[in-house]
Amino acid sequence: MLDFSVIWQERDTVVRGLETTLSLVLIAGSLSLLIGMLLTPLFFSRQLWIRKSLEALCGAMRCAPFLLFVYLIYFGLPSYGIELDKWTSGLVAMVVYNAAYMAIIFKSVWVELPTDSIEAATAYGFGGRKMLTKIIGPLLFMRSIPMVGNQWIQIVKDSAYLGIISVFDITAAFNSIQAIYFNPFVCFIAAGLIYWALCLLVEAIVHVVARYARERIA
Amino acid sequence: MNALATPEVETDSTVLRVQGISKSFGDNQVLNDISFELKKGEVLSLLGPSGCGKSTLLRCINWLETPDAGQVRLNSERMGYTPQGTLMKDAQLAALRARIGMVFQHFALWPHMTVLENVMASPVHVQKRSRQEVEPEARAILEQVGLSDKAGMLPSRLSGGQKQRVGIARALAMKPDILLFDEPTSALDPMLVGEVLEVMRNLAAAGATMVIVTHEMKFAHQVSSRIIFMDGGHVVENRSPDQFFGDPQTEKAKTFLKDVVYK
Repeated sequence: MLDFSVIWQERDTVVRGLETTLSLVLIAGSLSLLIGMLLTPLFFSRQLWIRKSLEALCGAMRCAPFLLFVYLIYFGLPSYGIELDKWTSGLVAMVVYNAAYMAIIFKSVWVELPTDSIEAATAYGFGGRKMLTKIIGPLLFMRSIPMVGNQWIQIVKDSAYLGIISVFDITAAFNSIQAIYFNPFVCFIAAGLIYWALCLLVEAIVHVVARYARERIA
Repeated sequence: MNALATPEVETDSTVLRVQGISKSFGDNQVLNDISFELKKGEVLSLLGPSGCGKSTLLRCINWLETPDAGQVRLNSERMGYTPQGTLMKDAQLAALRARIGMVFQHFALWPHMTVLENVMASPVHVQKRSRQEVEPEARAILEQVGLSDKAGMLPSRLSGGQKQRVGIARALAMKPDILLFDEPTSALDPMLVGEVLEVMRNLAAAGATMVIVTHEMKFAHQVSSRIIFMDGGHVVENRSPDQFFGDPQTEKAKTFLKDVVYK
């Protein structure tokens, strides 16, 4: 039989791990979304070098394994005098890595935006910042929701890598419990269930936002 | 490029002056040396077979397409160029565009905004007028096009005819010097054409200056003060509606009028 009572006894440890994971996911999820959105117009810059550099950066992020990137931030940066603590290193890695993904998502949605709405805005005198904030931005965001939701789920799962640099997240918490009680199966099943619950939560939020957006993108 | 012909632009009532506009897409010359003028309160219908350049001409007027040659003047101001003859900055061009209302074939409403927000967007965000001032005007315009009960709705909930009336209301809200209509009823169910044409008829009667690209011949005949018939990128006839429909001068116009349905 699977005995989950041990986990209840160690609930303080679990809560500590959950807090770490949640704070990382929430901050990284929101910041990467924001930064990704701010970067996106640069894909359409008139300056070739801006477009090319952004494409190269995002391409590099997309092709780098997340774990490798975490190593680079945590072990690599100190040799250039930049020393971040474990939690901050993990956060920076998640934000930068996922901001690139978000930017790529928004770019792909941008090129498929309804041209007539944008053309009408041009004809009505919209341009520059107003065009971005009032017309393109909202349309872009609403049409990106399913893909952004997927990326958030990816962020939830990627956060588990941070145990490697001793961030005490959910995975690390359960790893420490099983090291005491020798019940790895129960512990990792429990951890998996918590990740699952987090993903269901993300899906529920995405579902609500997507319903709001659906009749606003037709 | 044509020189500005007349110095008394300021004093007469000419709202729109199109001089020698030409436009090609690759090897395909779509517009060939088009010139005409429009006075305040005039309604001009652009007629002609599909692909004759009517819509491109309309889009050249507000610089959605940049003509290869020729110039467009709205009142005394030249589209796309500063008085010094340099290319306009985006913001200058935008300010000039905001004085031209355009109604699109496929409505092109902003789907994320309610009907009222669609109507208020350009006055508030482009013309920088206060919401408090614009909102009562916008509601009055919606009433004028028969949609005051739809103000809070999203475009996706409206019928085609209602969408196009929002499109017209959106154009009117900017208090434009001129209204451009690009086949405003072509995407509508036949049942819904009438309600849009009625709104346009009322506008014409109220003295709006309008350029209309349409295939509704009877409407064009009744509402226009002038007809321009185009073919192959040329202005073939530029005459009063009674003259054009009653006594077309060219073979092309005769053939066209024989082929289209007059209703």
